[in-house]
Formats: sequence, C-alpha cells, structure tokens
Amino acid sequence: MLAESAPVRFRDPQIEMAHGAGGRASRKLVEGLFAPLLFGGAFGPLGDAAHVDINGTKVAITTDGFVVKPLSFPGGSIGELAVNGTVNDLAVSGARAEALVVTYVLEAGLPTPVLEAEVRAMAKAARDAGVRIAAGDTKVVEHGKADQMYVTTTGIGRLLHEVTIDPRSVRVGDRILLSGPIGDHGITILLARGELDLEADLRSDTRSVFPLVETLIRAAGPGIRWMRDPTRGGAATSLNELARDCGLGMVLFEGQIPVRDAVRGACELLGLDPLHIANEGQFLAVVSPEYVDAAINALNLAPGGSEAQVIGEVREQPAGTVLVTTLYGGSRVVDMLVGDPLPRIC
Amino acid sequence: MRYVDEFREPQLISKTAEEIRRLAGTERNYRMMEVCGGHTHAIYRFGLKDILPENIELIHGPGCPVCVLPMGRIDDGLSIAQQSNVIFAAFGDMMRVPGTQGSPFEHKARGMDVRIVYSPSDALKLARLNPAKHVMFFAIGFETTAPSTALTIMRAKAEGIRNFSVFCNHVTIIPAIRAILDSPDMRLDAFIGPGHVSTVIGCRPYEWIAQNERKPIVVSGFEPLDMLQSVVMLLRQLKAGEAKVENQYKRVVPWEGNRAALRAMAEVFELRPYFEWRGLGFISQSALRFNDKYAEWDAEQRFEVPGIRVTDPKAAQCGEVLKGVLKPHQCKLFGRECTPEHPIGALMVSSEGSCAAYHNYEHRKAAMVSLSSVA
Amino acid sequence: MCLAIPGKIVEIASDNQDSAVVDVVGVRRKIDLGLLQDDKPVPGDWVLIHVGFAMSKISEQDAADQMNTLRMLGEMHGTLQEVKGYGLEEVN
Repeated sequence: MLAESAPVRFRDPQIEMAHGAGGRASRKLVEGLFAPLLFGGAFGPLGDAAHVDINGTKVAITTDGFVVKPLSFPGGSIGELAVNGTVNDLAVSGARAEALVVTYVLEAGLPTPVLEAEVRAMAKAARDAGVRIAAGDTKVVEHGKADQMYVTTTGIGRLLHEVTIDPRSVRVGDRILLSGPIGDHGITILLARGELDLEADLRSDTRSVFPLVETLIRAAGPGIRWMRDPTRGGAATSLNELARDCGLGMVLFEGQIPVRDAVRGACELLGLDPLHIANEGQFLAVVSPEYVDAAINALNLAPGGSEAQVIGEVREQPAGTVLVTTLYGGSRVVDMLVGDPLPRIC
Repeated sequence: MRYVDEFREPQLISKTAEEIRRLAGTERNYRMMEVCGGHTHAIYRFGLKDILPENIELIHGPGCPVCVLPMGRIDDGLSIAQQSNVIFAAFGDMMRVPGTQGSPFEHKARGMDVRIVYSPSDALKLARLNPAKHVMFFAIGFETTAPSTALTIMRAKAEGIRNFSVFCNHVTIIPAIRAILDSPDMRLDAFIGPGHVSTVIGCRPYEWIAQNERKPIVVSGFEPLDMLQSVVMLLRQLKAGEAKVENQYKRVVPWEGNRAALRAMAEVFELRPYFEWRGLGFISQSALRFNDKYAEWDAEQRFEVPGIRVTDPKAAQCGEVLKGVLKPHQCKLFGRECTPEHPIGALMVSSEGSCAAYHNYEHRKAAMVSLSSVA
Repeated sequence: MCLAIPGKIVEIASDNQDSAVVDVVGVRRKIDLGLLQDDKPVPGDWVLIHVGFAMSKISEQDAADQMNTLRMLGEMHGTLQEVKGYGLEEVN
C-alpha cells in the first residue's frame, strides 16, 4: 500500500556537509524530511535495505551514493566502494546480492583513462563479489561539478531465510560482535587527501562482507538479531541507532575493540575516536548468548574473519545509549557526532 | 603507544585510585579545579569520575580557548573572510562554533572558502600555494599554541609572504586563574594545573597561587595515571596543610619552561591592555596581539573589522558554567535550546567544553540505575 | 586545551634543520623543531607534538621514575601496614 505523506519536521534552513556525514544531522534530515514525505507516517526503524514483496516473493533492495575524494586510494577506489557498499548493505539485511544497476555522474574534463580504471575496478569488484552489474546510466555535468565522478548503485538481492533482522528482537544479554578492525577506511581517505603531513601504511578495508555474513548465518542464524555495516559515522553511529531503536544499552569493552596501531596513532594525533570513523569492509552483529561462541568460532576460522571479536553486550542500562567501559572501571558515553569527525588541537 | 600506554595501565590505575580513596577518607569534601580543557576532556574520555571517591569533586575551569571566545570575535574573523579572494583557515575545533550569522562551516556552505588546518604552518603553506588569494588564519589557543603561531609569522616575514595574515585570539592562562580566584562564588581547595601550557611557561607562574592564595597546584599530564597521581599529590598537600607548586608532568614540563618558545612569543606579540572573555568579562593583560614589527601580518590591522560586541542570550549561563559555579545540566538551556546540533554557546561545541563533554559523555550515565554493573 | 602526543624522531630533513619526521606507532608526521632550537633533538629522541610543532623533549628517566613511584604507591602502603603492626612509631 502506498502511504500518504506525513508532515515534514526538518527545520534547518539549508543543507550542510554535516547532513551527509551519517551522524545526527543526517538522521534528522532522513527522519524529518525524506521519511515523512516518502514513507508516510509511521515508519519503523530504518534499515540498510528494504524488503519488498513482489507477487509473494520478498526481495531486498538498497541504494547507495558514492562521492569519495580522492577517487583512488590505498586499498581501492570509488569503483570498489560502489560495488561492495551496496553488496554489504544487502548482506547485513540478510540478503545475497543478485544484481546491481549503476549510475555514473561524470564531470566534463574527466580523463577517459580515469573513468576506464574505475569501471574496470567495478567490474572486478562485482566478479569478486559474485554479483552481476545488469544495467546502468550516465550523465555528464559541467566542469567544476561532480568532483570528477559520483557513482550510485542500486542492488537487489535474495533473502536468506535462515535469518531475520529486527532491532526490536534484541534482548538484554545479547552479545555485540565486530568482524574486524575499525577505522581503516576513514583514516586511509583522510591521509590520501594529502592535506595532512601524515603518512601511514594503511589501506581501505573495502571488501564484500557477504561471505562472512553467510558464515555467521550458517553458524548462528537463529541467534542473529541485528546486523549493520558501519560506514559513515562509524560503529558509534550504527550502535547508537540500534540502542535507540531497541531502547536498550550497548555496553562495549574498550580493550576488546580491534583497532590497528596506525589507525590508533592517527586518531590520537588528530583527536579522533576510531568508533566514529567510516569502515567499508566490516559489519556489526548482535547475537544471542546461546549462539555467540559458535558465531565467533566460525568467523575466526573463515577467510578474512580472523580478527572478529565480541566487543560488548546488551544491557538494560543506560537505555538508548552506547557506553564504553575500561578495564579499570571507568566508562564514557559514546554519542553520535553531529557531522563528520573533525580533527582538533584542543 | 610509548609514553601513552604505560600511563593507561589498568592495574596501576586501580591501585592509584585505591590510594586516592585511602587519602581522601570520608570526613570532608575536596573541590579541585582542572583549569585546562584538555584535562576536562581526559576526565570524561577515561571515565575518571567513576573511579574517584564521591567526596572529590572536579570543577571544570575556563581553560578552553574556544569556549572563552566571544561570539563577536568569530563574527569579526568571518567578516574579513567575506571578501572573495580570502581563504579562512582555522583548526577543526572552530568549524562549528556559532557566530551570529552562523558557524564557519555554515559560511562555507554558503560559498565562503573555509579550510581546516592542523598547524599554523599549514595556513602559511596555503598562502604559498595560492598567491592570488589572501589566507587569513584564525588563531586560537593559550600559551601552548601561541609560540607556533609566532614562529609561523616570523617565517612569513622572513620569506616575504604578504598574502597571509593572522586574526589573533591567543589568550593567557594566569589571568583566567586569577579571575576564578577573585570570583566571589568560588570555593576551591586546589588546582590541577595545565600540563601543556606549562611546557612553554614552566611552573614558576603558578607560585602566587600557592604562596598568596594558599592553594596547592600540581601541574599535571593528561593520561589517566597522570591525573590520578596529581590528585594523590594534591590530597597529600591538603592533608599536610601545605600549599606549593608541584610538577607531576616532569617527563615533559621543564620547571623553567621553554625559552625558545617564550622568545618567539616575545618577538612577535605584545599584551593587549584588555580582552573580553566570554563568561568572564573584560580581563586586563590577558590576551596577545601582534606588535608593530609584525603589523603587516595582523589581520585586524590589514582589514576593517566590525568589532561589534555580541552579548550572549540572557538565558545562556555560559559564564557560570565556565567558572565552575554551575554544572552544565544546571543551565536552563542545556539539552533543550542548546544542544550539539544547535549550540548556543561554545561550551556545547568545543570538544573540551564542559557542556559538550557532559552532553556527549555523561548525562545519560547519570540516568543509569546503577553503575556497579558496568565494570 | 592542548592535544599533544609523544612521537619518536626518525629523521631530520637534510635541507632544513627545523623539519623532522616523527613516528607514532607507524604513523609518520612531518613536524617543526623550531621551538626546540635551544635543545635540538636527534633521531631516536622522543618529543611532544602539538599543532605540528615539537614542544618539549620527553625524558625517559623522568617517565621511568614516575612509573616507579606509581608502582610503589600500593606497596608503600602495604609496607606501612606491616610496619605499624610492629608497634613502632608512626611513619608518614
């Protein structure tokens, strides 16, 4: 049934960069303007993908835009991000990506070899992810717009019936799992921009997480409550959204959150928190206690899953909040940021 | 991370916390002010309040250079950058601080050329790379940061780089501490002294606090063990009825300070007769400006600035929170009209502003039924 | 007010004595040594970095002393308790 539009609650007079950063400002825009107008009145928790019913068959569908600068960076390029990002959104909603369609918005003056390299990268990423690119569209805009190229991908996928993702199914005592180290992608991009006199041996973690998600589902399917790929806004944002959607507390153990040394060093130097940094090849999962051992063992044995860790658990308090605790009994609340994480000197 | 991880060792932290509980006892309350915003940030980041006994209260001081900047100064800086060939360069800390017409980021969205820099030298580099433009660096910070600005300006002069200027909002810490101690509503027992400012000014400038005001002050590092050890040292002084300046941060802070840094500052800066501090009013001899030798690089002398004083909305209690008289959540606007997304005052924007720290790190913890299940 | 991080000097620029590279767990950053003119660090030294400038050399000795003092905290108290048990005069 097509819903009637509901009233717009978004009051900011103009759009700012913060609205695209994945944090609080983004959430206000989505929930205050897009959702009421497009989804109508009472919309539930917004997930990474939507499941639509076509003649009795449920199909997962999702879309994502990629505006990364620079286009190419250690570990990948916009082409890979565009494929993996959409495949991952489908994966964490419990679906296997079957086909992608892609739109390219190209800037006049973009050198053809650059475009060709990106399309090659997309083709390879799609082959590696086992998904076909079925159709596409292209537009060209004037020189000075589109930062060389913007890419949007829309993906459809087949639901894996062994799992149901629903934040409302999360219970006190559930464990929070993370597939691997956080912060690699965001810091790599920051360094690749070249504005900082910082260098590190870091690569984007962009990859399809579907194989690991499938492994997790096979080992712990009935125990999986929720999954998400923490892209812009970082793990903190994803977990805050979950905390809010289920009304419980997400308590993380600081010593157990995997972070590479170089990411940690860069974050300390810039005054950033790895929990707020974007990832492109990781996912979070909430799993019931009965299944968590099987889940972690299966992940650790699977290719690319050796660094998966239990990083926390769900508790009643503090409700709707993410809390990080230390080994010595200290704790701090980790909130969503308003916009992008900003390096600080103070 | 060397020189970091050792000072975050959980067992040692627990042991030191135990020593603090033993020293603090239960018969009296202790009110200690950490002057520096970096210490405020550390307290929240490491959850230190959770492991200090209830009878030790940490009061947040005014050492947050973003928080004490009056809105009018942000307006002034942005007005210079309105000109089409000017690049506004500032640290990330400044980007969301509201002026009356919006923050630097909001101005950027409306077309102003606003860049984040990570060092004053980055701003100078921008000037070198953009000869057709003028780069204006919006400088903030206490004595920790001022020498770097000074050195950068000296280099600009030496290289003859003329398309560069600095809008200088550097302030000094001692007058701020004096203002706190002169404040009638203040009742403090001791100070946790600023660690990084002291790498420049040394420990001597604090001697009057101990000698004249009879308050102990310990210059402290920023890791959990540093701050906890400083509390131990303060408690020992208080229990012994002593009041002296001690240097807990010896590995980094020289008692005599950094002569080269002080020389650079003396070469470039002079003290303003007075300067307005948001929430603290006008304080004499508390801020720096360029002297005549460097007038050409002083944005206030190169450009017209409106210089309009902007007073905070009456309901905003930034001043009292800055002075530690009120806790953030006691301000009527906290969490309602004033949030991180729509900050009224800089204390809600700055990563070390007490309101932001409290909002982001703390207030939902307060709602928790019991913290004992956390550890 | 002052985010400052310890880093190890790994290289000093040959054409500019004030320019150096520090390493912080594998992250390399170019920094300015202009404020340490009176006590120039050499590769291998650790410095405290703030806004891209070295502010101070870090004293390994002082750091070690501090760790010792901290480690002795609990022990000292334990020792005191023991000594008290001997019935001798109060040691402070």
